[in-house]
Amino acid sequence: MSKKRSPIKRRAVREAVAANLERRHRRDRRLRRMGLAAIVIGLGFLAFMFVSIAVLGYGAFRQTHIRLEVNFEKAELAPDGKVDKKALAQADYQRLVKRALRERFPQVRKHRLKRQLYHLVSSGAGYRLRDLVLAHPRWVGSRRKVWLPADDDVDVWFKHHGAGARLTKAQQEWLASLQERGEMRTFFNSDFFRNGDSREPEQAGILGALVGSFYTLLVTLGLSLPLGIAAAIYLEEFAPKNRWTDFIEVNINNLAAVPSIVFGLLGLAVFLDFFGMPRSSPLVGGLVLTLMTLPTLIIAGRAALKSVPPSIREAALGLGASRMQAVFHHVLPLAMPGMLTGTIIGMAQALGETAPLLMIGMVAFIVDVPHGVLDPATVLPVQIYLWADSPERAFLEKTAAAILVLLAFLVLMNLAAIWLRRKFERRW
Amino acid sequence: MSVTLLFILLSILSLVAYWLGRRTVLVMAAGNHRRLHSLPRHYGYYVAMLTMLPALLLLVLWVSLDQTFITKLVVAELPPALVPDSGARLSLLVNDIRNLAAGNPGSGAVDPALQAAAAHYRRLTQISHLLLPAAVLLLAVSGTALGLKLIHPDHRARPAVERVIRWGLILSASLAILTTLGIVLSVLFEALRFFHQVPLADFLFGLEWSPQIAIRADQVGSSGAFGVVPLFTGTLMIAAIALLVAVPVGLLSAIYLGEFASRRMRAWVKPLLEILAGVPTVVYGFFAALVVAPLVRAAGEALGLEVSSESALAAGLVMGIMIIPFVSSLSDDVINAVPNALRDGSLAMGATRAETILRVVLPAALPGIVGGVLLAASRAIGETMIVVMAAGVGARLTANPLESVTTITVQIVTLLVGDQEFDSPKTLAAFALGLLLFVATLLLNVLALYVVRKYREAYE
Repeated sequence: MSKKRSPIKRRAVREAVAANLERRHRRDRRLRRMGLAAIVIGLGFLAFMFVSIAVLGYGAFRQTHIRLEVNFEKAELAPDGKVDKKALAQADYQRLVKRALRERFPQVRKHRLKRQLYHLVSSGAGYRLRDLVLAHPRWVGSRRKVWLPADDDVDVWFKHHGAGARLTKAQQEWLASLQERGEMRTFFNSDFFRNGDSREPEQAGILGALVGSFYTLLVTLGLSLPLGIAAAIYLEEFAPKNRWTDFIEVNINNLAAVPSIVFGLLGLAVFLDFFGMPRSSPLVGGLVLTLMTLPTLIIAGRAALKSVPPSIREAALGLGASRMQAVFHHVLPLAMPGMLTGTIIGMAQALGETAPLLMIGMVAFIVDVPHGVLDPATVLPVQIYLWADSPERAFLEKTAAAILVLLAFLVLMNLAAIWLRRKFERRW
Repeated sequence: MSVTLLFILLSILSLVAYWLGRRTVLVMAAGNHRRLHSLPRHYGYYVAMLTMLPALLLLVLWVSLDQTFITKLVVAELPPALVPDSGARLSLLVNDIRNLAAGNPGSGAVDPALQAAAAHYRRLTQISHLLLPAAVLLLAVSGTALGLKLIHPDHRARPAVERVIRWGLILSASLAILTTLGIVLSVLFEALRFFHQVPLADFLFGLEWSPQIAIRADQVGSSGAFGVVPLFTGTLMIAAIALLVAVPVGLLSAIYLGEFASRRMRAWVKPLLEILAGVPTVVYGFFAALVVAPLVRAAGEALGLEVSSESALAAGLVMGIMIIPFVSSLSDDVINAVPNALRDGSLAMGATRAETILRVVLPAALPGIVGGVLLAASRAIGETMIVVMAAGVGARLTANPLESVTTITVQIVTLLVGDQEFDSPKTLAAFALGLLLFVATLLLNVLALYVVRKYREAYE
């Protein structure tokens, strides 16, 4: 740049720049605004999703009940005169419910209408009465007002102020009369947390799925934690730099990106068909999820081991420890918090996983709460999938509520991971 | 004796063995630690390992293989007239025998030969149940005896124990290879059986997908149609919609976070955006099917368009939101990796920040961004729950995103969930689709890693 420019040319450049400057700054601001908009879109969507699921689902935590005056007649409950536990446990309580309904609405005479009347109350109301009577045997022979769970259509009608329920005109009139006299209200829906799955939305609960998830995660944790730690230790502390080690690393990185459903195919072909393990069992689910979460755990474990400074190892070796002793007595305890953080995150991932479990039959309709890792079971995300597929409107609310429970567990697990990291994080 | 009980017994035996080994060697050394080669506890570990490991191995092998073995024996004993030729019938027959052996006779009269087979099965199972604990415990005790015989004060117990631990570590690390191998073999094996029944060319280039096979051979369409092209286009369409959402949003937010945002905002927004990747996909699926799809439909009707209730658009939109973090995290990493000297140089020349980003930073970071997009694409192709819940099951060859399409993952789920018979092309087709999916995502991942790695070398 030795040549000097003429003053006229310099001014022209300055003018040209000045003329463009405003436009260039505008473009600068536009890019900035677009970036901000992108973040707002992403986070806004997240908020929209959570809010809409919460709005859809919060209702399921309350269940509509109807107050009826039930006559706990002795002749009905204990036909042969003996009032003992066995007789009380076997009596026909649904009859009492029906009679109470007829007494409340004596004007209903026609058989068809009576059937509609009986449908106002959940078909599980009899069990509620039985539990009450077994808890208070002195009630036998008396008349009492009790709150009984309403049918799912009634529940929808009551919560949504009459919109969208499949009820007949007569049924709606009866409900209006109940409502007028304050004989309908909602209670905390404890059945939702105490029952297994059911075809009747008002009796369906998530306990079975929760227990299934618990057993599945137990198997996953029991296998993937030791295996993941062992693999991470080997690769980080002992593995020689050779082809075999490289091959292992490539495999781990690839497995982390294999679609989860492919792991389901593996489980179906290997664990179910080849080894003949029980279908739908948490054991097989746990095995599949172990294979799936292992890469996450190994990668996190290696990062944790890497963060332990070499001086620790050298000091141990210098004092005469073997390499194995240096690792297990000194390095591993220091890396443990980081490994546990990775484990919790891996478990959270496993808890939310659905697709591979569909492949190994965990989608079956299972009412009973599982009692072990070999019982047929389902897990929370699969339960959500099953309920989301049901046509009954009442299940919509249940699905969203189950999602809320699932999200609550995930939030708790992630908070635990963050807490662990904050508490034990160490700068060397 | 149950397996759990046996396992507990084994654990107790190994504890005893540990104690015995430790004590024996101390007695030999007359209580003088310094005369031992290793610490006393290493001798204990040594004997305990000899007790536990072989017995445990036997237990695991026995439990996982005894049913298969017994079944083979029983089938071999069956009169030849009874043995069906197809594998599916055989598995039905075996089921019958098992039910009989368990004491649940089905309806109708039972063939005496089957009865005999069931009795045989029951006897073999009983023998197996008696033999298992005996064999396992015998092996454990002889392991203890062997260990106690081998140890003496000069015995190099620590290196021996550490060698075993080391092999344990190697095996755990190699499990990844075993898993990959398992995936490839199981998918490939079943897929090959599928290609015996349906030619490969028909599968790859067929334009028609209707796997419903008629029950009787003379029904129309009895062969089913297994052309994968409509599934492929459906998958690609949904993935493309997802990328159309995720790439601009992810990239722009990465740019904003990397170049404009304050440190505090970054610390808050980045983890919040990453929540999007942590939400279970079944939640997205529910949201797509029950909230977004009706909204898309209503919007389309307001514009006078006909929108299917399972439109590709709704599933793609939600999937796009899900993969935003994949694009933004990786882009953020590579944008941060661009040396500041490049930025400073550009700014010093009078460029605005936008010009610096668009003309200097992004071109430098491009390979990494492309890698991130490829990874996101592989995620979108393999994603299952969103499409299972929000996209359709009918295979349709269309380019209209408002219609319902189906994807490879949806078909795998539809084919395998519910009642299935083995060896039918319908079941095997799912594995062929799985193979396709595995290969496609593998290629994308390898390509993405290659692009990213190649880029990284540029500044080192």
